[in-house]
Amino acid sequence: MLLNKLKVFKSHGSQYIPDLDAVQLPEIFRGRPELSECDEETARELEKMCPTKAIAASPFSLDMGRCLFCGECARRAPQAIRFTNDYRIGASRREDLIVTPATRSIPFAHDAVRKEIPAMFAHALKLRQVSAGGDASVEMELNATGNVNFDFGRYGVEFVASPRHADGVVITGPVSRNMAEALQVCYDAVPDPKVVIVAGSEAVSGSLYAESTEVDRSFFERHQPDLWLPGAPTHPMVFIEAVMNLIGRRRRGEQTKK
Amino acid sequence: MKWFTTYNNGSAIDLRKIPALTYAEFFEAMRERLANPACHVAHYFGVPVEETRLRVWAILLDDAEHTIDVASYDVDYYDEDLPSLTKEFPAMHPFERDMTERWGVRYDGMPWDKPLRAPSRSARRGGTIDEYPFYKMESASLHEVNVGPIHAGIIEPGAFRFICNGEKVLHLEISLGYQHRGAERQIETSESLLRQVLLAEGIAGDSAVTHTTALVRTIEKLAAFDSSKAGNLDVERTVALELERMAMHIADTGALCMDVGYQLGQVACEALRTLTINTTQLWCGNRFGKGLIRPFGTNFPLTDEMRQTILKNVAEIRRRYNEVRQDIKNTPSLLSRMEQCGLVSAQQMQRIGGVGQASRASGLARDIRVSHPWGVYTDRIAHQSIIKEQGDVMARLMMRCREVLQAADTIVALLTELDCSVATPAPQWDVKLQPYMFSTALVEGWRGECCHVAITDGEGRVVCYRVKDPSMHNWLALAIAVRSEGISDFPICNKSFNLSYCGHDL
Repeated sequence: MLLNKLKVFKSHGSQYIPDLDAVQLPEIFRGRPELSECDEETARELEKMCPTKAIAASPFSLDMGRCLFCGECARRAPQAIRFTNDYRIGASRREDLIVTPATRSIPFAHDAVRKEIPAMFAHALKLRQVSAGGDASVEMELNATGNVNFDFGRYGVEFVASPRHADGVVITGPVSRNMAEALQVCYDAVPDPKVVIVAGSEAVSGSLYAESTEVDRSFFERHQPDLWLPGAPTHPMVFIEAVMNLIGRRRRGEQTKK
Repeated sequence: MKWFTTYNNGSAIDLRKIPALTYAEFFEAMRERLANPACHVAHYFGVPVEETRLRVWAILLDDAEHTIDVASYDVDYYDEDLPSLTKEFPAMHPFERDMTERWGVRYDGMPWDKPLRAPSRSARRGGTIDEYPFYKMESASLHEVNVGPIHAGIIEPGAFRFICNGEKVLHLEISLGYQHRGAERQIETSESLLRQVLLAEGIAGDSAVTHTTALVRTIEKLAAFDSSKAGNLDVERTVALELERMAMHIADTGALCMDVGYQLGQVACEALRTLTINTTQLWCGNRFGKGLIRPFGTNFPLTDEMRQTILKNVAEIRRRYNEVRQDIKNTPSLLSRMEQCGLVSAQQMQRIGGVGQASRASGLARDIRVSHPWGVYTDRIAHQSIIKEQGDVMARLMMRCREVLQAADTIVALLTELDCSVATPAPQWDVKLQPYMFSTALVEGWRGECCHVAITDGEGRVVCYRVKDPSMHNWLALAIAVRSEGISDFPICNKSFNLSYCGHDL
């Protein structure tokens, strides 16, 4: 009996990622898009083909908050759009998710973060997740942030079962009409001060469901998210890197303190 | 002739060839067919044809004959005398509830006439999703436990109401619809095929490959496209599907280990799932296979290098996962929690129309790969279903374990000799679809049978799109499984099924 366990233990080896700052995703991963100036006809064509209306022709831009990172635009016009493997794409301001031909990195606006967030949560942030019409892929990636590989718990960031134990909510999905009230109840149950994180492009903008009659996004008219995370789904590294910035443990673009 | 017969690998059907029955004829035809244990309903839905008229379609699968049989009847909103099929065949309950909710058609004697998804335009008057009429038992010695819609974990919402006698569960009722976001409506009102494909990828993110494969096959049939002649397309789609099966079964093995407090199994499975989905990511740039399944072709034809990477990783996952499996099987404290817990008999599964791995763990051999094969399952892979008789949590876990190994073997069989120099076409987005057609495709995902249906109008536009996730059938199996169990065993019963909320709610 013990022998079986030792075998599993030995094969498992050591799986955790020692340095999360050094993680590089494979080249093929579709992260931050890079745009190049292109003729108006191409831009119009791309605008028309994008199913989530993420692309605008003039001025030419791509809104990651709507984008599902399907990559079809980059196939149609590789000279105008290409997707890089840069996962540092979470932002504290919604407008920072809009990529233009001038964008070569997504800024993280630390001055837009409420002061109490780094002051209170830098060493422990407990989150309550609410799935509201999500497709379960973002939810699984959020689960993965705490798994044996990513082990985000090492920085004190964890998901908890009750909103009463939480410092904030993480919302996934376009916010279905049937979950609108439950989301508000959950938010109200979190003690102040509290953080709101939206994870996944569906949560950021509604994306494919932005016009659906079955979606109710009035929550966002009442509450301003502190962190916007695009993706379909949001990769665990997108979440980890952005939350580290939110709580002030990292400053994107600067050499990290070891 | 009451039914029009086709096959999963067959073509789309001319709408005019499908017989239109009266409800009385349909009712008798269904009773006759459903009395045969080899038959079950894959889908049953209504489409408005005129102001107050509906055309109702039923898709019946005959596992013994390998056929898909389609019948239809017309019903007016004011028609009366429609006896309920659910009364005799409980498997029909979600479909009849859907008809009532969507179109206001009421079936006489329907024993479980309750909301299904609570959409905004429900034909049921009044009442929000929070006013679901839960079943009640009046007794001073019983108590109720309400869980949800938000659950204690990073999972989707649904409301669970337990009626307990002390610790023992007498009854569980599950009310869903919280995830309803109008997926079918969005698909059928989309002008763009790309948009439809992206919507399919998000029907259930853990089954992105399954649902997208079902959608592209449904669409390809409407253009008489033969994917078996498109280079390695069928092989690649199957490899993606089997990788998804491996990843999710491994994830569920880990989740079950976690819920019985067995950390070694949990972390080993977490790492193995990571390796599996990272293999998919290395192939197509997304850990869930989003972007991999495209209509009429692929953006990511397998290169020889990728083929070898998949083979190498799959062999590694298989070896390590098999060690976990051996360990679980030989640990008495795990067996004592999972054996004889959450029982669902073959007879119950048959009655409620259970499908997929959960049905096979109860001795009901429902597997689309065998009964209604498509793609490589018709010739290159002679799939043999794994069947377990016990119907408990352990059987559902061991079913997953065996299916992981089997999926790995299928991938090896498909890739070992694969010639990657064969040209596989790129996707097409502007293909004209045939007018007045009825197209359906079935795919056996890791949860079970997934069924998509499309109907086109005179211009070849998709005017009706219907999706059925296997969870539609199997949620009732979970409710039955926890009866007479301690309420503390609910988590492992639930994880042993791992059903989809978003796939059900659409």
